[in-house]
Amino acid sequence: METHNIPTRRELFTGFFGIGIIGFGGVLPLVHHMLVLRKGWLTDAEFTELLGLGQILPGPNVVNLSVAVGGRFHGASGALLAFSGLLLAPFCIAMLLVSLYQQYRGLPALQQVLAGLAPAATGLIFGMGLRLAARLERSSWCIALAVATFVAIGLLHWPLLPLLLVMVPLAVTLAWHLQKEPT
Amino acid sequence: MSAMLLALFLVFGQLSLMAVGGANAVVPEMLRMVVNEHGWMTAAEFTALFAIAQSAPGPNVLIASLVGWQMASLPGAAISLIGICGPSSILSFYVAKLWQRFRDYRLCHAIQRGFAPLSIGLVLGGAWLLAGIANTGWSAWLLCAVSALIAWRTSLHPLWLLGAGAVAGLLGWV
Repeated sequence: METHNIPTRRELFTGFFGIGIIGFGGVLPLVHHMLVLRKGWLTDAEFTELLGLGQILPGPNVVNLSVAVGGRFHGASGALLAFSGLLLAPFCIAMLLVSLYQQYRGLPALQQVLAGLAPAATGLIFGMGLRLAARLERSSWCIALAVATFVAIGLLHWPLLPLLLVMVPLAVTLAWHLQKEPT
Repeated sequence: MSAMLLALFLVFGQLSLMAVGGANAVVPEMLRMVVNEHGWMTAAEFTALFAIAQSAPGPNVLIASLVGWQMASLPGAAISLIGICGPSSILSFYVAKLWQRFRDYRLCHAIQRGFAPLSIGLVLGGAWLLAGIANTGWSAWLLCAVSALIAWRTSLHPLWLLGAGAVAGLLGWV
């Protein structure tokens, strides 16, 4: 049995606050570093499992993860503290940036900066998607589902809700019937 | 004002429950609702807000609070953030509790396996859609591709890539 460090409520808040404030672009690697390596609140296996859960549920993955971790140690109040710790600083910084933007949006220099920022930011999402795709199960049904979803959203611009209503049952049914090949 | 707050909460509350694979997966749907359905702003304005959200630290859901800010200042920003995080957080709080009990069931494994390709398709499809709006010329596509390649193959801090993009824009290369 591995022993856990049980965080107090205050540590939950400050821990996630620290992630929020330095997590540029994506916070997931930072969350892992803090929860497992630095604080020892979770083991690697527990982290992977809670993250998987956060990914299959709707909603922002890291927010879901913070709620699950906070809830595991201190119930609803722990979940609320982890959640608000994670979002407080980024929220304030985003508000500051957007009010600066509204004040100076007429400046050509700002328009130029944004024209360069937007493609770079989009590239980051591609990079993350490719990273995840590289870890995807190499079976034809998996690849077909990923490609079909990509085409429906990216090329055909279908609305998401009807698409999910079709794809989710289909995906779970396929995963249920097509067993993983023994390796 | 309060009608606008309610509208914001409803839009982002719906998106919250559709965001399988994270907030980026619903960015195209957000764009469709905010720009086409409600006519709150143009696609170009939305893309600018997206770029700002990406350059703030923290999870990508901040795009919701920026749209809310644009429509109804600080109350709008707070309502939109609560809208996009609230329903999914409540769901994941209860599911995390249940999961502890049922995680070895076969259905849970099927759900986990089946959702993986969907969330990848959603993320990449969303990125493609955004790229069509954000990338206004060949140099922007090049910048986007380089940023994607570096983010994929290396663990360079994303802030460097955003900074490089901002500098390239400032120099008029994009």
